[in-house]
Amino acid sequence: MLKNFFPNKILSLGDNFFWILVILLVSVILVGLIYALFISPPDYVQGDSVRIMYVHVPASLLALACFGFIGIASICTLIFKIKILPLMAKSLAPVGFLFGIISIVTGSLWGKPTWGIWWVWDARLTSMTILLLFYLAYMAVWKFVDNFEKANKVSSIIGILGTLNLPVIKYSVDWWNTLHQTSSITLTSAPTIHYTMLIPLIIMLIGMVIYTLIIFLMKYKSEIIKFKLDRKKKEN
Amino acid sequence: MLSKKARSRIVVLTFLLVLAIVVVFFVLKSLEENVVYFFSPTEIYNKENISFNKKIRVGGLVKEGSITNNQTSVNFIVTDLNNEIIVSYSGSLPNLFSEGKGVVAEGKLKDKKYFIADKILAKHDENYMPPEVSKALEKAKN
Repeated sequence: MLKNFFPNKILSLGDNFFWILVILLVSVILVGLIYALFISPPDYVQGDSVRIMYVHVPASLLALACFGFIGIASICTLIFKIKILPLMAKSLAPVGFLFGIISIVTGSLWGKPTWGIWWVWDARLTSMTILLLFYLAYMAVWKFVDNFEKANKVSSIIGILGTLNLPVIKYSVDWWNTLHQTSSITLTSAPTIHYTMLIPLIIMLIGMVIYTLIIFLMKYKSEIIKFKLDRKKKEN
Repeated sequence: MLSKKARSRIVVLTFLLVLAIVVVFFVLKSLEENVVYFFSPTEIYNKENISFNKKIRVGGLVKEGSITNNQTSVNFIVTDLNNEIIVSYSGSLPNLFSEGKGVVAEGKLKDKKYFIADKILAKHDENYMPPEVSKALEKAKN
């Protein structure tokens, strides 16, 4: 599996490959949006503002998943010193950060009509904000620390510490009283979300995963090129 | 398979990770009072040395049939199905405020059973369904 992400494989990915992914992305998102905005019913309490969820939930999930990957990659980087892992982690950060922002913005837009307030400092919203700060710190280290080895070490530590925050985000709604509702979809019991709403949610999630993959591959490709150029510069 | 260096790094990293988890756990535990967004009526009932001058939040369900309006304020009962608190509030209510639904009130306690709110937030639960399904469920219940 990891072999497919080796630099030579990535560098040989042509424009055609990306175009196929983009076409796939557009069609899945289009179907998802039509389902989410027109076919799926309004909620019995929230009315039409439930439709914000179809963007909010996948965005939040991906923001967490991307940082989870950064965390695992950070641990493996520190232990095994594999060169491509930090490049992969680094390439996932911007898109994960973007989804974190989307999660918070859409959440606020939903909070105003539902809760009656844009923002509260409850455990879920606060821990999500902390995740965004970890993303910022992680990206800042890569941007402002010139030495690769040093940037790799510091960013990995940030990546690992930030990962400790992920279970706090996930379980904040179960551990403490929060204004944010608990999860509708859990591993242990049936989803408390009607299937007419679950289907568009899953389609949107698939679409946003494809988007993440595209941005990641493009960024990863350019990171590999940058890395190789840097190395050449040093040799000369 | 693993080099000696890698193995020692695993040990160090595992140790630091466990340490970090323990630290985070104790920090969150000691901050619990501040991490919770609201107290339930039962938590307030059981709480010793409660402050009546400090702003706090109380949350739970709006008891069915407990909303009473008079000219200046609205009164209702917040319940967690064990204990109840009467909440008095004058101001505009969020659209989703209704009987049987979640609510969080911000304000000050007058005593352990009476709360004067200056802000009301509606708390949504994790149930999502179309109106027809909700109606059908209501019908099945009665």
